[in-house]
Amino acid sequence: MFRLQDVSVSYKDTLALKNITVHIQEGEKVALIGPSGAGKTTLLYTLYELEKQSSAFVHQHYALVPQLSVFHNVYMGRLDHHRTTYNLLNLLKPQKKEIEKIYPILDSLGMAENMFKRVGALSGGQQQRTAIARAMFRQVDTLFADEPVSSIDPHQAGTVLQLITRTTKTVILSLHSVDLALQFAERIIGMRLGQVIFDMPPEKVDDRLLSQLYQPC
Amino acid sequence: MADLEVTTLHPWQELQRLAIGAVTPDFMAVYEVKQAFLNTVIFAFCGIFLSIVMGSVLAFFFEWKPVRLFCAFIRAVHEIFWALIFLPVVGLNPLCGVLAIAVPYTGIFAKVYAEIRQESDHSPLAGVPFQTHPISRFFYGVLPVIYADIKHYSSYRLECALRSSAILGFVGLPTLGFHLETAFREGLYSEVFAILYCFYFLIASLKYWVKEKISWLYVVLAFAFISKEISLSWGNVTRFFTYEILPWPMRREGVLSGTQDISFSWDQVWGWGQDILQTEGFAGVWETVVLTQIVLVGTGVLTLLAFPLVCRHFQQGFPKHFSRYILIIIRTTPEYILAYAFLQLWGPSMLPAILAIGLHNGAILGHLTGQNADLIQLRADAPKGKINRYFFEVLPRVYGQFLAFLFYRWEVMMRESAILGILGIYTLGFYIDSAISDDKMDKAVFLILITALLNMIIDTTSQIIRKRLKISTKLVTSS
Repeated sequence: MFRLQDVSVSYKDTLALKNITVHIQEGEKVALIGPSGAGKTTLLYTLYELEKQSSAFVHQHYALVPQLSVFHNVYMGRLDHHRTTYNLLNLLKPQKKEIEKIYPILDSLGMAENMFKRVGALSGGQQQRTAIARAMFRQVDTLFADEPVSSIDPHQAGTVLQLITRTTKTVILSLHSVDLALQFAERIIGMRLGQVIFDMPPEKVDDRLLSQLYQPC
Repeated sequence: MADLEVTTLHPWQELQRLAIGAVTPDFMAVYEVKQAFLNTVIFAFCGIFLSIVMGSVLAFFFEWKPVRLFCAFIRAVHEIFWALIFLPVVGLNPLCGVLAIAVPYTGIFAKVYAEIRQESDHSPLAGVPFQTHPISRFFYGVLPVIYADIKHYSSYRLECALRSSAILGFVGLPTLGFHLETAFREGLYSEVFAILYCFYFLIASLKYWVKEKISWLYVVLAFAFISKEISLSWGNVTRFFTYEILPWPMRREGVLSGTQDISFSWDQVWGWGQDILQTEGFAGVWETVVLTQIVLVGTGVLTLLAFPLVCRHFQQGFPKHFSRYILIIIRTTPEYILAYAFLQLWGPSMLPAILAIGLHNGAILGHLTGQNADLIQLRADAPKGKINRYFFEVLPRVYGQFLAFLFYRWEVMMRESAILGILGIYTLGFYIDSAISDDKMDKAVFLILITALLNMIIDTTSQIIRKRLKISTKLVTSS
């Protein structure tokens, strides 16, 4: 489904990915782990570029419109599925049909009561859940997420990750929390300095590999 | 190099009468000019509405060079010059006033809206699916982000449009300027000040009666009011653009033989252009540049003197508020009216123009630099005395922004310097006004094109300087 063969990516003079080879099959739940600057975000974006149209992305900095309501931000996930006139109408007056579709998603994320609140007035955690809701509302088979639970408290983070992995067929996410990665992913890719250090099921990831991955440069 | 001579016989006597007028305003006179007040507001609303619509459309294509050049050109020509151009085309009716405001403001809005869009936060667009239609993309991912800035700038421009609308009366349109000029000329200073005080009140009260939700109602009413008075002869429009503004040698044979025949003798046209440049163009450009440069330096000095008066690090309480109101009054008075008043006092020379443009811009920049200085947190070891604090703590930290503001206004000063020629100072406006009075529209348009070109050169130079110095007009203090 997603195939990268010997791919390198650089920003100006900095090499962010070095000869990466990754194959991801449909239905896999993959977590990318590694220290900051390992190239996780770059790898996510590179994979996302391969299937942009049929994927959703939860951005690390949410990419929300703070001036619009939670409802409208979530609705943006399917802007390309509607006619422009309908989108404009929905911007002026939220359509009942869309409210009915968006409400259950927000409810499952504990955000139903904030549906018509301005995003800019919400906490970081609530904004992050809005970004997740937008990705879920896109109703596609593949979801990419860059640190999707970094602002959510540990208990709720587990619930949110469970929801994402249960409702979406293929999930590729980067996580800072190794525990959450081991708990919710079926495949762990450890990255360091733009290279894949290991790529294996969570049960095979041991302390030695982790300390090798996170050792100071 | 500048002519600074005072040519009136009794300037102090006139100043005394002006001062008496200031404290004895005749508000009954305002009642008599109520229609002019209404016209001033109506022209401003119609003009600003049209320019917002057209400017918004052009802003979408602003990255396209021809659009950028077109906008630079239309905003480089002052609204009074536009009024002088439109007068023979549409006649002395409200359409002339509305277009004179709408055309240059369109160029301004297109530029500023495009800049706001460019400098806005683009990150929300990452959340918009990439195959979304551009219109949906704009309304969901862009407009909400820039809306507050657009609204803020547009309402500021409404204030400017009211000032522009008022001064259009000086070229004969039925707005406040018309009555101000008459009152000035007749020495009725109590009437002058009553009109000015009401005008200040009008501007100061804008935020109370121009609310976002009902502003469309004002626009509809404004258009309804002027729609009855607008008359337009397409014959005149066509004749103006295809005949009257063509260089005289191209039309001469037709005029002499009583037809509208056009001949294309380029040598004669070239000679015609050279002649205008040598007799009036170069002299006008020189005087305009000299005046602009004196004003640029003068404005800089006034700004540096004025900003501590409204800055919390130097003034507190009543003195600060008093200074702030003085600056508001000076900047609310259109520079054209200030120049006209000074001209009555000292006669025609550069002096009234220097003071008028310098004071107006100094008040604006003094306010902005003061605002900027207010954002500064003084260091723990900042000098205690005001003079040392000014020179060694505050001024060095606001100097970058001060220069940015000053160069940003350079283009405006140039536009104002040119236009004040209409009042008898030998800048480009003087020659343009003379050409129009002599019914030589070809010459007037040619000189207006030179003015626009000069303005565009200054605008570009200012941008290059600001880029080189890495200074921005945004209110962010350097640490």
